[in-house]
Amino acid sequence: MFNSLTISQIFVLDQDQALDFYVGKLGLEVNTDADLGFMRWLTINVPGQKDREILLERPGAPRMDEATAAQVRELLTKGAMAGTLFFTTEDCQKTYETLLAKGVEFTDAPTKRDYGIDCGLRDPFGNAIRFSQPLG
Amino acid sequence: MSRAVEDTNRRMLRARDTMDRHYAEPLDVPALARVAHVSEAHFIRTFRATFGETPHRYLQRRRVERAMFLLRSCDRSVTDICLEVGFTSLGTFSRTFRDIVGETPSACRARGPLAPVPTCFAMSWMRPHD
Repeated sequence: MFNSLTISQIFVLDQDQALDFYVGKLGLEVNTDADLGFMRWLTINVPGQKDREILLERPGAPRMDEATAAQVRELLTKGAMAGTLFFTTEDCQKTYETLLAKGVEFTDAPTKRDYGIDCGLRDPFGNAIRFSQPLG
Repeated sequence: MSRAVEDTNRRMLRARDTMDRHYAEPLDVPALARVAHVSEAHFIRTFRATFGETPHRYLQRRRVERAMFLLRSCDRSVTDICLEVGFTSLGTFSRTFRDIVGETPSACRARGPLAPVPTCFAMSWMRPHD
């Protein structure tokens, strides 16, 4: 049966802009950036975790017809079908301040919860990202 | 054409995120319209077209959701919670809460503690709707 989770996917409207955000601001690293001809295979990972990739895929033809792709883009930008990524951090407050200074759009500031200190942000497209500093 | 829709959606989402984050503050339409970079009249109309309810209604229900959450997860007084989530009068709070939830704040509290769940999902799934 299954023994690991290797690749997860989220939609982004623009892969170059996604790189600026995920790598340039959030500090993730490019795992693979390959022109397959029919698509740009673009994955990123948390530094040091090469076996756990996030695929940044652009909705569009021919995977889906253009009208459907437009619907996906509309739902993504209103936050309705946006993916959610959960990261962990050693220091939630410090990471928050670092990212805030880079102009990242936060949806909530670090807050103490039962499970740790966490906060949330949006990527430029509408995807939700949370990171937490687990208790203990 | 579609780019304009996406850009508008994203700005409306930014205004909605602002309500989710700053619900306890005295938010008004001019402030939210500024977040979304649109005129006030355009903001209300576009927000409703995007999310299916007016900004006022969205905010009111966010405040009620947060009140429901607090009533069931701490033992602070109803008055404290009313002020904490952004209502300025206990009368308005109690009436609005009853209209939306269908029971009084005390009856809601009597339902007992909520199961532990990440707050972002509680906020997304427990906000009252029609």
